[in-house]
Amino acid sequence: MYPDYMLKSIKNVEKTRAKRLQLAKKYGKQVYDPMSEEEREKILNIYHPDYKEDALRELRIGPNKGEKIINEVVDVMEAYPRNPSKTFDLSNFDYETDVLVIGAGSAGLSATLEASQKDVNTMLVTKLRLGDSNSMMAQGGIQAADQEDDSPVNHYLDVIGGGHFDNKKDLVEALVMDAPQSIKWLEELGVMFDKNEDGSMMVKSGGGTSRNRMHSTRDYTGAGICRVLRDEVQNRADKIDILEYCAATELILDDKGQIAGAVVYHLDLKEYFLIKAKSVILATGGFGRLHIRDFETTNHYGATADGLVMAYRAGANLLYMDSVQYHPTGAVFPEQIVGFLCTEKIRGLGAQPVNKDGELFVYPLEPRDIEASAFIRECEEDRGVKTPSGLKGIWLDSPLIEQLSGEGTIEKNLPAMLRQFQRFDIDIRKYPMLVFPTLHYQNGGLEINAKAETSIPGLYVAGENSGGVHGRNRLMGNSQLDIIVFGRRAGTNAANRVLDGVKLGKPTLEHVDKYAKQVEKLGIDKNIISPMILPDYIPEHIKAKQLTTNYQGTLF
Amino acid sequence: MEEKRKMIKVYLAGELFKVPEGSTIMMALEYAGFQLKRGVGCREGYCGACGTVYREKGDYKLQGGLACQTVVTDGMAVAQIPFVPAEKPTYDLEDLTPDVNTFTELFPSVFRCVSCNTCTKACPQDIEVMDYIQAIIRGDIAKAADISFDCIRCGLCAMRCPAEIVQYDVATLARRLTGKYLSKKSPELDKRLEEMEAGKFDEEIKKLKNMPKDKLTKEYYNREIKIS
Repeated sequence: MYPDYMLKSIKNVEKTRAKRLQLAKKYGKQVYDPMSEEEREKILNIYHPDYKEDALRELRIGPNKGEKIINEVVDVMEAYPRNPSKTFDLSNFDYETDVLVIGAGSAGLSATLEASQKDVNTMLVTKLRLGDSNSMMAQGGIQAADQEDDSPVNHYLDVIGGGHFDNKKDLVEALVMDAPQSIKWLEELGVMFDKNEDGSMMVKSGGGTSRNRMHSTRDYTGAGICRVLRDEVQNRADKIDILEYCAATELILDDKGQIAGAVVYHLDLKEYFLIKAKSVILATGGFGRLHIRDFETTNHYGATADGLVMAYRAGANLLYMDSVQYHPTGAVFPEQIVGFLCTEKIRGLGAQPVNKDGELFVYPLEPRDIEASAFIRECEEDRGVKTPSGLKGIWLDSPLIEQLSGEGTIEKNLPAMLRQFQRFDIDIRKYPMLVFPTLHYQNGGLEINAKAETSIPGLYVAGENSGGVHGRNRLMGNSQLDIIVFGRRAGTNAANRVLDGVKLGKPTLEHVDKYAKQVEKLGIDKNIISPMILPDYIPEHIKAKQLTTNYQGTLF
Repeated sequence: MEEKRKMIKVYLAGELFKVPEGSTIMMALEYAGFQLKRGVGCREGYCGACGTVYREKGDYKLQGGLACQTVVTDGMAVAQIPFVPAEKPTYDLEDLTPDVNTFTELFPSVFRCVSCNTCTKACPQDIEVMDYIQAIIRGDIAKAADISFDCIRCGLCAMRCPAEIVQYDVATLARRLTGKYLSKKSPELDKRLEEMEAGKFDEEIKKLKNMPKDKLTKEYYNREIKIS
């Protein structure tokens, strides 16, 4: 429960609630004027973490050499490979397959299903358990323009405007045009979408959407989708080989520069396996666990940008790695759940962000970067609320939801949120939630085209580790869509490459040694290795005495 | 802040450690020096990777919880479950019917339920697990899907069940059958798919794709917002 001094600030929120309720009844979601283009630009420049002078630095090696990208990403890029190529005997592969999928979130699972559908040998490897991913954690929804007053054209405009017009147009087209059929595909697999009594989809709005097109499975949308895909992959056990607790560490090429497989490392056995494959799909997710600018994150334990590192070393191009998504509403109290996601659906249902004085200060459904910047502004200008551990946040007035839509709305639509706070004796039907932006999503990534192909023949990328779909800012509900659309496209195209009869040359890891030489030239400390595999949360005083203390990243 | 906190005793896999009061089981494990690879996942209560059993000081009861969501108490003894052994039957959803016969065939153990409610008590999501198993026995698949909706498949129910039912797999099938066969179909989705098939939006999308940035920007900021 909140301490007394925070309850005092909550009194201010309660005082203005009746007035704000009237606003909502009169104007719907438009309880505050959305920002103009100029206002957006101004607030981003002053308050968004990406726009701070020291957020970026020049990357000194590889295909994007000379570009300024996020500091923490430069750190893992300018790092040594875990092993030189001579460690591995490439004349002796442990596994051979047609299509190798790396990563078992919803992008990897969708890709696996589509590839195996084409009757090619398919192998799925994942660093932790099948389904362990950011996909599983998504709460709010998945966008698709399937309503009468909506169209893929509106959806296109929302996506590209939200992304600051930096999105790759072909990718946006693929995203919005594949959306309705993706929903159909998921429903045929048994995903239980929220429906009205007549069977029509229950749809909500999200930040930056011009129509109600957010489909959901309560506030377990990611889980609602991911657990179905996982079950279906397991059902096809006769066609799909699965390796769990195997972290991919390098991609293998052939002497013609095509993809030829991957090196994977078994976390329990501490053993390397070499896998030969004609097509490889990287679906390794994002980078939240790099804790950019020391932000807390909503991300899964395994979100350490491994795919970016492997593919970059092999020569693939990065796009928009100067851009990070901070989700406006991360929990800051109680301490046990700091950084946890409070879904955008809470605002979609009518909750309003207010400062310590109970004042509404921003349109509740701006695109995420704008909304997050407004929250940071309130806190930096001392209109936020300080927690006992020294963090700051603003109130998200959730009780308003039930005043707007009736008792029981929260329990029905936000069961995960309700449970999360109830575990710490806070009833979000009665008390607002204290929130602050939290590191949420990797906007950029490995550059792909609409077939999910990279510049390396045979290497496909789908989901959060790809770049270009969302430009420099993703809208809510478009990552759940992205992973299905491009996961499926990657699976189909990777299988087609096999069916077209691609021939592999001599496998090689020479690119790894070449890359290591460049890292050495920069004078980087030999103990700095990547990919990171897993983050390390052991306290400094214990870590200092551990055998692997001198290394960054996970050795095991 | 960390230094000033009160330290409490916990037994992690039998070993005694002192950890800061207020830590979750997961924070306690990491504070003690373990770098986790099993029994850890999303760290936010959504993935079910960190099912854990524990006993509190002076209490004979074996309790279950998620390591990332359960706060340690002084004298607590904790064991993480690295893996839940269970054989999932494989099936083709296309061949199944959304009724009790499907479960008789694929999950005969469901009918061994003795209504002891141990599963419900073990559930960290507070799901009425026994109730959905009973709903299936009655043939009410949609009800089972509804009750089990928030299941994150941590497996604690199956670990405690004396009838050896694998509840979370049963629930997954109930939900998939409901989503595919028992939910009313969305008329507007099918209509939109027909329109897409006929290429209704192709021209307009092409127009937007070819629009110069300044015009597109204008189009975006002037777009009509119709949300409720």
